[in-house]
Amino acid sequence: MSALPLKVSNLSVSIDDKKLLHEVSFDVAAGERVGFIGGSGSGKTLTALAISGLLPESAKITGSVKLDGKELIGLNESELAQIRGELVGMVFQEPKVALNPLRKLGNQMTEALDAHYTLTRKQRHEAALNLAVRVGLKEPSRITNAYPHEVSGGQRQRAAIAAAISANPGLLLADEPTTALDVTVQQGVIELFRELTTDGSSSLVFITHDLAVLTQIVERIYVFHEGKIVESGSVAEITTRPISRVAKELILAAESETTNKLLEAASFLNEPWEKS
Amino acid sequence: MTTPNTAKSKTPFIDGQNITVTFPARKTALFARKSYITALNDVSISVYKGQSLAIVGESGSGKSTLIKALFGLQRIDRGSVSFDGRPVLSKGRQRWLRARSGIIFQDPYSSLDPRMSIGASISEPLEALKIPGSHDALVQEILSKLELPEDTLSRYPDEFSGGQRQRIAIARALVHSPEVLVGDEPVSALDVLVRRRIIDLLATLRQEMGLTMISVTHDLGIVPDIAERVLVLQHGRVVEEGSVAQIFTDPQNSYTRSLITALPRIPKF
Repeated sequence: MSALPLKVSNLSVSIDDKKLLHEVSFDVAAGERVGFIGGSGSGKTLTALAISGLLPESAKITGSVKLDGKELIGLNESELAQIRGELVGMVFQEPKVALNPLRKLGNQMTEALDAHYTLTRKQRHEAALNLAVRVGLKEPSRITNAYPHEVSGGQRQRAAIAAAISANPGLLLADEPTTALDVTVQQGVIELFRELTTDGSSSLVFITHDLAVLTQIVERIYVFHEGKIVESGSVAEITTRPISRVAKELILAAESETTNKLLEAASFLNEPWEKS
Repeated sequence: MTTPNTAKSKTPFIDGQNITVTFPARKTALFARKSYITALNDVSISVYKGQSLAIVGESGSGKSTLIKALFGLQRIDRGSVSFDGRPVLSKGRQRWLRARSGIIFQDPYSSLDPRMSIGASISEPLEALKIPGSHDALVQEILSKLELPEDTLSRYPDEFSGGQRQRIAIARALVHSPEVLVGDEPVSALDVLVRRRIIDLLATLRQEMGLTMISVTHDLGIVPDIAERVLVLQHGRVVEEGSVAQIFTDPQNSYTRSLITALPRIPKF
């Protein structure tokens, strides 16, 4: 599968007659890496759920979500299930919730693959090992044979990422995938997202409340606030010339002046931190 | 953060020496021999009056266990803890210790009783500690320090946002004017947009009330704004201790280095 473009126009979502998302419009070009940022309740996760068709049935959705030109709003559950996994891969904050505790990781990593192409046991086993290597899991055979509780939080998140990319989806949606991780583990998962999307094999929508994390991964940023997109621009534009109050506050929240001064004086970090 | 001049005294205000804490591990087999996990291994920690110390570590490093051990909330296997020269026993937070310290937790949603009005929640420590004088006056005083409107008192926790609830939790921790404020991940669960305000608030309160502070955090990035000394824990051991400036600019331990290197930063354009 090659990377797919996404075009969302005037997307609104209401739940229980309460409008939570207000005419949101944005584009992701094929192979582009885009970030959503905002505080809690800003609508960034709701947007991702609407794209993947995971909102509850009671939600009223209007507007348009076009993946590679094909309209997703109005599709029925089985059509959406077909799209999830094959065209759209998803990673969430808490892999403990996303993964089934009673099934071995190798089986879960290849679930989407098996649903879309029928595999023999041996093929599936090999695919799991390959995926484990691709997401940087050391000891692939131990991990694919383990249950979620038998591995660390970082390994679980890598396994969940493997599950999301198994069928080579053209669009990857990642919702706070590093938030629950320790900082040293987070660094590795950030690297992994960069690697997985660097060759343009998949478009990426990465959602987080941490602007510093976002700048490591994406090219363009949409700022969400109270169910609306209030600002968008390149990473450089948003971080150096923010317009909205929210964007300014998100910058303040992501880096402290005191901490920055100390880090600038830290000679052991000898090379300046630049986006690669 | 600047050091108030009270930080000059020579004996530690809070002193933990060679603390070891073990927990029984889950048995791997029915007849397996009982085994133990060492949560804290020979940890020593000293905090001087007026100082602010941050205990930093990743999940499973023992940082929360250490806080509990210092305030008598955790039985210790070996070692000793004292507070202002008085031994701290591990049999619950004793009343004298409770009177001299206040604790705020990560999650303001679970640290306030949903069925208690905010007024009752904030004044509860005053009653429990049998603080003399007008409790209403003390509650009013802390309310204005935290810039909480007066009608807060008659309302209930579910009417407030996360940031406001954490303000209320701080009011409750400080209403009896303790000498020490302990924060267990005080801003981690808060929305990113209010985090900075709570950090600034803690710095102001520390100055105004002359507080000694101990904060536990996994986020090294906020440490320079809340403390001037750092203790780095890994797998229950202290791997490094020093001033914030030294730890950030010239860490001696490889684990400390990796924590600082891993801090995501906004690139310069």
